[in-house]
Parts: sequence; structure tokens; C-alpha cells
Amino acid sequence: MAGITPTPQGNGSGYRGIVGPLLIPTWAVIGIFLVLPVLLMAVYSFLTKEFRGGVVWDFTLAAYDQFFLNRGLFGDEPPVIEWTYITIFSRSIWQAAVATLICLIVGFPTAWFIATRPPQTRAIWLFLVTIPYWVNLLIRTVSLKFLIRENGPLNESLMSIGLITDPLPLVNTNLAVQLGLFYSYLPFMVLPIYAAVERYNFALSEAAADLYASRWVTLREIVLPVVKPGIIAGCILVFVPSLGAFLAPDLLGGAKTFMIGSLIDEQFRGSQGNWPFGAAAAMILMTLVLIVLTIYARAQARGEAK
Amino acid sequence: MSTAIDIRSVVKRYGTATALHGVSLSIADNEFFTLLGPSGCGKTTLLRCIAGFEDVTEGEIALFGQNIAGLDPNHRPVNTVFQQYALFPHMTVLDNVAFGLKMKGVPLSDRTARAGKMLEMVHLSAFADRLPAQLSGGQQQRVALARALAPEPKVLLLDEPLSALDLKLRQAMRVELKTLQEQTGITFIFVTHDQEEALTMSDRIAVMSQGRVQQIGTARDIYEAPVNRFVADFIGETNLIEVTVDRIEGETARVTLPGGHAITCPAAATTPGKHHLSIRPERLSLATTGDLTATVERVVYLGTDLQLLTRLPTGEEFHIRLQNSARTEIPAPGTTVALHLEEGAARLLAD
Repeated sequence: MAGITPTPQGNGSGYRGIVGPLLIPTWAVIGIFLVLPVLLMAVYSFLTKEFRGGVVWDFTLAAYDQFFLNRGLFGDEPPVIEWTYITIFSRSIWQAAVATLICLIVGFPTAWFIATRPPQTRAIWLFLVTIPYWVNLLIRTVSLKFLIRENGPLNESLMSIGLITDPLPLVNTNLAVQLGLFYSYLPFMVLPIYAAVERYNFALSEAAADLYASRWVTLREIVLPVVKPGIIAGCILVFVPSLGAFLAPDLLGGAKTFMIGSLIDEQFRGSQGNWPFGAAAAMILMTLVLIVLTIYARAQARGEAK
Repeated sequence: MSTAIDIRSVVKRYGTATALHGVSLSIADNEFFTLLGPSGCGKTTLLRCIAGFEDVTEGEIALFGQNIAGLDPNHRPVNTVFQQYALFPHMTVLDNVAFGLKMKGVPLSDRTARAGKMLEMVHLSAFADRLPAQLSGGQQQRVALARALAPEPKVLLLDEPLSALDLKLRQAMRVELKTLQEQTGITFIFVTHDQEEALTMSDRIAVMSQGRVQQIGTARDIYEAPVNRFVADFIGETNLIEVTVDRIEGETARVTLPGGHAITCPAAATTPGKHHLSIRPERLSLATTGDLTATVERVVYLGTDLQLLTRLPTGEEFHIRLQNSARTEIPAPGTTVALHLEEGAARLLAD
């Protein structure tokens, strides 16, 4: 039969000659703008810094050494662990994790709400979620700072209704940074969860209720496990950019909220920068992210094999 | 025999649309009861009201004497087999079957043993550790059945459970369902639009249309003594012809057929005047002489049967089904044949 009727694969083979050339632009873009910069960064992280910015082409592990070890002011003492950058990294991970959690707590009900609207109105709700993203991130972050500053609209209105007597010091706090991250990345949480909930078969909830499960148990035992891939995708999409974010921490945070993004950003600014060190920090960040993603992929594969 | 489910004047409205217009019916304990009707007749809505997925607008639903109309589905001792099975995709077959028992607080070892027994009953013990997606449609159907039966509900609700299966499997499942019902002694309420399914399995059938129960009775009752045009037409094949009731003497009506042929049949609460008469095609046979005649237009060969599409002298279509035997003489199209009406073949309909 396969000899007479063209199979789908057979049909596809007719295009094979075209698909290859059509993919050239994609390969070129990925190669030039993704692979090459990462390789460049990897190479730079092993070079020697030049004092006015830039690098000297001498291979060294100095950048990584500086990141992890403290050898004293003149570099001649026995090495001890350098906590400065590890602290910044841990704080960043913590900040990103909290921002992800806030996004999840707000994003899940939002996504659920949109996915359970009548199909005609869902598009409108999704559209509303994305409207703020038509405005540049920098402008939005500055606006947020304006909103929450000491004599900004938030504090003013809270004081005018008598809820507080003194303005809340929100700017330059962890909370402000988390708020900024939450505001920047909420749609990345809402959209994948929406996609998962939209596909969710509500007969499953009915079946659970029919088998004596309460609403809460149904959510925990049936809904969450079934839409889990959407939740995990949303968490990754929020966590990863939050970890490397520098706009929100820079504008809304202070010295105590210094994050990886700002640290790396600083290394490439003006003559004070240290390119190999910035590159090394970026490589370490990327490694961390890859580890997280690998753990997720493994867990996912195990879940499917089960 | 006690009453399992007593539905009293249940009304269900969605905004201005009314899905159920005061439905009342009682279902006996241990009965295989079928709600039969075309799509949109309210049969699924009624089932969902019993399960608790829909609130009734008015009326009561009593389960063994206790009104359950206000209870949430998780507090009703009834279980449902869903049309598309609704198996939990992330749980193994065994966990699916044990879910209801787990929710009822049955200890792990007991519920595993019981779920295992249920799987044995539906011949799926070998598949306990599979995920639902790894099973065929028929197997998923049986898992859904085992899952709903495992918590030993007082009443099992089945929402068109066989509609997604192919014909062969459907026929096998009919027998299996009936056997299961007899084995477990649980009351089954079965929703279907397939009259053959309803006729083969049910102890009693409620025929529904447009949110109302049209007739309740055994398969034989509703097939042989339909109360109205809808039931006569929906169940099986029939000839519906308009006739004049000349007079009524007690339980018997004297009726004139369009060709002038006069017969007597049960009066069925009619009054003299125009009415519809239902005559099943298989209750007619060819006669040598008579004043009931028809012209053969087409002969359809169906294997076990022959279907004659004929027309009465007054123009009405008239179908006749003859059993196919060696002796059957097949009339040629265009010829006029005399018809013999079996005793009791004609049913006068109230509307």
C-alpha cells in the first residue's frame, strides 16, 4: 500500500531539498548571535584584564580565582573562601526565587481565571495581560519607582486614607526589587500556565468530586499534577531572567540588594570594569541555570517514563 | 423492592432556557434503568443533577429516602462513569481505581487489595501499573467502570459510556455491563441515545424528549405500546399514518385507514377524530387478497430481511419488513400488493 499511497513521510521527503537551504538563516543567526558570543565570553573569562577595560591575551584562571578565593590584599596570603560574590549569588537566587513564588501565587489564579472564561473573551483577557509589555522595561521600572517612592502616589494615598502615618520606605529594599521582578516577568508565568489550564479537562475535577474528593484535595491531587508542566515552564521563564536581571535591582534596590546582573553589568562599564571577571561571573551564572534546567528535564523525563 | 432514586418534579433552568420541565420518576433498587433520548433531550442534565454536578432549580432527588438535592457531589454516595472516561492521566490504573477509596479514608493495604479485585473483575489485572494513555479505548472504559464501582456506590451513573467505542467492542461491553450489574447488585442509571443499547440492557427505560419524560416502561412496553408519536418514531422503525377514529366502544376504537380499510385497535385514551396510528413494518405481511393495498416502489435487500418501500393508494409512504426465507416471493417494483395486518399490530397514539 505504501508503494501506491504517498505516506506523510513520503510527502515530506519532497520538501527535503528546500528545507535545508531555508534553515540557513536560522542556523546563521543562532551561530552568530548565540553560539559565538557564548564562546567569546568563555574565552574572555580565561584572559587577563587590562586596566582601562578590555583584555590582554594571556591565559589565566585569575577571574575564577578572584570569584571564589580570597588571597589577601596583596595576593600572597593562603587562600580562604571569598564570600562576597557567593553572597551576591545566593542573594540573587533568593530574590529570584521569591519573585518566582510571588509570580506563581498571582499568576496561577490569573491564568486559571482567563482559561475558564468563555472562549470568545479569553483573547481579550490575554491581550490585557500583555498591554503593559508594549512599554519599554526601563520606563516601566522607573514608573514603578515613582509609584512607590516616599512621596509617591502609593504612600500619599495610604496616608490620606489614614492607613499609615509615615510613608513606607519601599524604595531600595528587597521588597521593591521583588516587586520590580514580579512586575517585569508576571506574563511569563501567566501564559504557560494559561496554556496548560486551557487544555485541562474539567471532567477530571468532576470525576474527583464524584469520588469524594473535596475542592482542595482535587486541586492538590488532580489539577496541580496535571497542569504541572505549565507551572514548571512558567517558573523557569520567570526564575532565569530574574536571576540575571539588573534593571529592577539597579533602580529599585540599594547597596544591600546588589544582584548578579548588576555585578556583571558593572564589570563592563567604563574604565573601572574587569572584563574577564564579568565574563567569569556570567559563565558561573549560566552554569547555575543549566544545572537547574537539567534537574528539571531529568525530573520531567522520569515523570513521563513512570 | 425498595426505591433507590426518587426524582420528584425536578426542574432545571439555565437562565431563560429550561432543560428539565418537572421530571418525576422512581428507580428501584438493583434496577438497570436507562434514560433514552436524542441529544438535547435533558437525559445527561438529569444524570448530572443526580450526581450533583448541576443544582436542580426546583424539585427533590431522594436517594433511599434521603433528599440529596442540596449536597455537593463529593457527599453523594453515587459514582459516575464519564463519557470520555475522565481517567486521571498522571496516576496508574491501580491508583485511579483506588482513588475513591483513598478519599473515603480506606487504609492503603485495604484499598490496594480492593482496587486489585475490581481490576480482576474487569479483566485488567495485568495493566495495574500502566498509565491510562497506555491503554486502548475499551480498556480505559473498563478502568473507568472499575474506578466508579470500587467505592461500592449505592447507585452507579453511566453517561453514554459506550459511545466512544467501536461497534464490536460496544456489543461486547453491553453484555459485560449487564453481567456486572447483576454481579454487584448495584442500581445502574444508564444514559444513551442508542435505542439498541437501551433495549438490550435495561430493566426499564425512560424515553425523554425536550426536557420531559415521554414514557417509562420495559423495552417491550415502549416498543410495542408507545404512548405518543415521539416514542413510536424514536424507538425502532415505524409507519406513522394519519387516521380517523370513527367511534370508541369502551377500550376499543374503530379506525378507518387512508385507503378506506377499517380496523379495530386499543383506544389508548383517544377521542373520535384525527389521530396518528403506528404500525411496525415487521408486523405486516403480504396477503393474497384484501382491501388494504399498496404499490411497491423499491425492494431493499438487507440479508436477514427484505424491506419493501411502498405507497398507499392515498400517497402515504409505507414500509414493510419481510423475513427473508426461501419461500419469500419478492414482489416486483410497480406491482400492487395486498397487505395483512397482524392482530394488535396497529397502535393508536394519543398525540
